Amino acid sequence: MLKCDMLIEANDLKSTITKLKNEDGYVLLLDITVVDYSEFPDVTPSRFAAIYILRDSSFKKEITLKTFIDDDTLEIDSISDLYLSANWAERETYDQYGVTFKGHPNMKRLLNHHQFKGHPLRKDYAITKGQLCTETEDLMDEMNPLLESKGYTKEEIDDLMLLNVGPSHPASHGTIRNFAAMEGETITACITEIGYLHRGFEKSCENHTYSQVIPYTDRLNYCSAILNNIGWAKAVEEMLDIDITPRAKMIRIITGELSRIMDHLVCNGANMVDLGGLTNYWYLFAPRDSAYDLLSKLTGARLTNTYTRIGGLEFDLYDGFAGDLETVLKEVEIAISDCLTLIAHNRIFHDRTQDVGVIKPEFAISYGITGPNLRAAGVPFDLRKDKPYYGYENFDFDVVVGSHGDVYDRMMVRFEEMKQSIKIIRKAMIELPDGPINVDAPGVLLPAKADVYGNIEGLMNQFKLTIDGIKVPKGEYYSYSEGGNGELGFYIVSDGEGRPYKVKCRPPSFYSLAAYADIVDGGMLADAIVTMASMNFIAGEFDR
Amino acid sequence: MGLGAESSLGDSVVTTRLDHAVNWGRSYSLWPMIFGTACCGIEFMSVAGAKYDISRFGAEVVRFSPRQADLLIVAGTISYKQAPILKKIYEQMCEPKWVISMGACACSGGFYDNYTTLQGIDEIIPVDEYVAGCPPRPEAVLDSIMRIQEKSHDESVLKDRIKEFKGRLDA
Repeated sequence: MLKCDMLIEANDLKSTITKLKNEDGYVLLLDITVVDYSEFPDVTPSRFAAIYILRDSSFKKEITLKTFIDDDTLEIDSISDLYLSANWAERETYDQYGVTFKGHPNMKRLLNHHQFKGHPLRKDYAITKGQLCTETEDLMDEMNPLLESKGYTKEEIDDLMLLNVGPSHPASHGTIRNFAAMEGETITACITEIGYLHRGFEKSCENHTYSQVIPYTDRLNYCSAILNNIGWAKAVEEMLDIDITPRAKMIRIITGELSRIMDHLVCNGANMVDLGGLTNYWYLFAPRDSAYDLLSKLTGARLTNTYTRIGGLEFDLYDGFAGDLETVLKEVEIAISDCLTLIAHNRIFHDRTQDVGVIKPEFAISYGITGPNLRAAGVPFDLRKDKPYYGYENFDFDVVVGSHGDVYDRMMVRFEEMKQSIKIIRKAMIELPDGPINVDAPGVLLPAKADVYGNIEGLMNQFKLTIDGIKVPKGEYYSYSEGGNGELGFYIVSDGEGRPYKVKCRPPSFYSLAAYADIVDGGMLADAIVTMASMNFIAGEFDR
Repeated sequence: MGLGAESSLGDSVVTTRLDHAVNWGRSYSLWPMIFGTACCGIEFMSVAGAKYDISRFGAEVVRFSPRQADLLIVAGTISYKQAPILKKIYEQMCEPKWVISMGACACSGGFYDNYTTLQGIDEIIPVDEYVAGCPPRPEAVLDSIMRIQEKSHDESVLKDRIKEFKGRLDA
């Protein structure tokens, strides 16, 4: 069913969501977005509609709500007092669509720069209309009220040291700007500014066919590109009502879990660099390089693989893949064990990571944190178990949980998850079925080259698919998968044409980063650096 | 006493041109500042990693302070929001300095031809070497470092470097 679960009046929005949260247990706000229907073929009650995606406390049910927004006021109630995750989600929506949220504490742009005029995801904003930014925002409009709310007087504020960590700082492992007010070594207030790697993923999607979007998904979480490919392909296939072949499912599990391992390797390796344990980085990065070699043999690219196709995969496994894969897995196991030998009982490591950057379960859920960061806080939410897809339910693996939610737990959860992924991959290689990797669907997959050159139907098919793209039925749909950092979702609106009418990616690290300023508040600066590394913020993902 | 071939030379005097000696020293001790923003930044980690090992070219002293670096490697997409920061970092570097534009995004915006992405960093700062790829393989980055080494042999301590570049943010 390609439509939202509930259509509600804008006036009832807040009461409905409050009821869903308090009575039906929808505690996790996954995402908020807006759809601009101005070029949609159907007549709609108004130009903009807001979409809310929620998940319940058993993690097995999700619900999408839609409400049309009054054209004259372009205003809707904010739910940022119900869910902490709504704060940034609403800011992003305002930035991209110009819809304001009544009662939001800080309604300002999030992704685009402060000199930007207009709202780029509106249909009447030209995609190539770039706007130059001449200077960076000083953020004092946020810092002063924040400090005043903490009881600082004007004179006291002048005595604090204001420190920019980023946007070009090695500890951010990308581009995050954290603007901190320091009292000695202690952070008294912190503001996170993002958008330095905003690359217009969602606008680009609207201008490309469903297949052409796959390379863009590579560059969301570029540490585990295949997991994004899978998330996207899964979403479009579900809209098309295609069930991919058993072999394709198994290969997606194998390559996806390998990507998860690679993601965790680079996260923990880079975290150890920040902790001063450079040796661990060499240990952990070496098997990642071997995995690159394996993936470039399989997909042709080291990092940005573009491996899935709508309806299947680009290539089948090559001869000798099993042997190469086993070599990589053995190297990963050795690297994990080498690294743990160095740190598992290391006093310095324990002192630096234990009880540092603690995330409590309720706090995490309210901020929409998912994936290893949530599991480290002790919440066993894993979509591979809770909403299994591709046959994950047939695999015997543990959902790894931590007990305290500190940096130590997050790192150890990632180490253990790698071991679980290795287990899944080994089992999947044994049970890998034979058969085709692509479904037999001429309107979805490109025909064989012999047909393209040999007969007119094949040629037409190739031409239509390349120029027009896959025709996805009209409607809107939310699909999810367990990405490297948590729930990776795609909300797609189709107008029946070959290009998506609208795409919204639910990036897991966007929501963990929104919580970051609260987590490090009141802690030491050095601890904030380690906390940042342990939460694995990937700029391509949260900025898109 | 030294253990290499130089030990048999004793306290001999070697004559050379000053430029030649300085350039020789510089070319084998480039200190890169990594302006890594995106996927290319991850690929640069491979360049620095054990397998490709940038230290074979004397460029392993990766600095994150532009004031200590003489080679700026821009690895990743530069958005309009990021552009003034990139310019400031470039300006903080001391002469002589070189710039490598790593990957399609830094060179031309790549396939992000849209409202937020700068269409090539050479709109903002001068670039010495462009490396193609999305992301480039580590060998390509090492190759560009070798080309910078060659370029550094043309420097002179007696002459100023040409500074006629005017970017979009210089107006």
